[in-house]
Amino acid sequence: MCVSMLYPVARYISPPEVPEASTQSVVAGREGDLKPNQGKIFRFGEQPGILVRTEDGGYRALSATCTHLNCTVQFRGDLKQIWCACHNGFYDLSGKNVSGPPPRPLEEYKVNVADGEIVVSRA
Amino acid sequence: MNWPKPGRIRDWIEERLELSALEEMGRHKRVPVHRHSIWYYMGGMTLFLFGLQVATGILLLLYYRPSAGEAFESVQFIMTQVPFGWLIRSIHSWSANLLVFVLFVHMFSVFFMKAYRRPREITWFSGVALLALTMAFGFSGYLLPWNTLAFFATQVGTEVAGAVPVVGHFMLKLLRGGEHVTGGTLTRFYGFHVAVLPATATLLLGLHLLLVQKHGMSVPPAIESEAKREGREARTMPFLPNFLLRDLIGWCVAIGILAALAAILPWELGTKADPFAPAPAGIRPEWYFCWMFQTLKLLPGHVLGIEGELIGIFGIGLAGLVWLLVPFLDPGTPGTGGRSRLFSAFGVLAILYMAIMTVWVYVAPGG
Repeated sequence: MCVSMLYPVARYISPPEVPEASTQSVVAGREGDLKPNQGKIFRFGEQPGILVRTEDGGYRALSATCTHLNCTVQFRGDLKQIWCACHNGFYDLSGKNVSGPPPRPLEEYKVNVADGEIVVSRA
Repeated sequence: MNWPKPGRIRDWIEERLELSALEEMGRHKRVPVHRHSIWYYMGGMTLFLFGLQVATGILLLLYYRPSAGEAFESVQFIMTQVPFGWLIRSIHSWSANLLVFVLFVHMFSVFFMKAYRRPREITWFSGVALLALTMAFGFSGYLLPWNTLAFFATQVGTEVAGAVPVVGHFMLKLLRGGEHVTGGTLTRFYGFHVAVLPATATLLLGLHLLLVQKHGMSVPPAIESEAKREGREARTMPFLPNFLLRDLIGWCVAIGILAALAAILPWELGTKADPFAPAPAGIRPEWYFCWMFQTLKLLPGHVLGIEGELIGIFGIGLAGLVWLLVPFLDPGTPGTGGRSRLFSAFGVLAILYMAIMTVWVYVAPGG
């Protein structure tokens, strides 16, 4: 009887799975939005992504969710690295975790520029 | 109309509630007097601050709106438009911090006076559980203004819960109300903060106070031995009114300090949470979580092939378990020094570790 009363409660407090449309590609901005050695956060479905314009004018796009404890990272122009302010973790521009507590690299996305739009898609 | 005489009202109440039994109990309650008696006031102070939290919390509920679209604005409204809203919110926030501080002082004083020893083990367990609940109050309440710092603190805190082996993912979803921190998380935290935690805390507090009443206040072993050696009874004072009046002085001082803090340093609101903004530089949790925050920050990505964060979470969990089991782990015979004194040294180490880590966060935010 106890189980029959507790089961619905346990199921109720555990939120239902809501299927998320898997985002494959988004427009992260327009050419000219970013100067060289600058970065910005964009929305990749329900998650943040980071777009960086490198010094040579190329673009890099990565997941902006730190692999340590899920904070949102940012680009540090002075260090030319991606930085997580929460626990001082660093990644290089290919997303590789280079120092601090992050245990894994950031997911790297593919970047295409077409008709002035910067299109980011899963690699 | 004939009004009943005051004496008859008292008799009427007495016949139904038998309050004289409580009065009698209060008359017999005595508090030990010795050179460490000052620490006995910490329990009462904690209780007073808890009461203040309840009172100011109820007042805040009159205007607060628990949704991602309105929470920040409603707190802004309380702070800027509602008469004395700034005062009520600042006192709620400052007294929450003071409550945690006093609770830590109370707990460590109980530890060093070895008040956890037989037959007070359950009093210790309920006290440790109340500390955990208070930290949960702090964590859940921190998110309610829905500002940037709170958003990332919740992101990190719930991720830590999610990293626990086996039950982690279930706990993460239970806390967040989904996979990510959203408005649904805010609504859940509101429910925890104003219903689940107060109900649980009230029950535990009731048990804790009942046990304190049943066993009386513990006298440190060294003081007990001294009195025995000198062949005298340990000195005491009546709880009513002597001790309670001294308690009241402390509570008045606390109110004064809180009013001054609220007036001079009103609690900040920060900027509204934006789930698509990077974590700001210098981000840190409330001071009482800083030692854990710094521990997780210092651990490298991997230690011996295991993820650093897992080792950190396991270590913090183990420390909590050891602390809970203190009454069973103290190897010394009370009052005899030696091994028991060595055990107390672990308490000093714990305080030093927490203090150094906390200061580190404030002195070198990037380090």
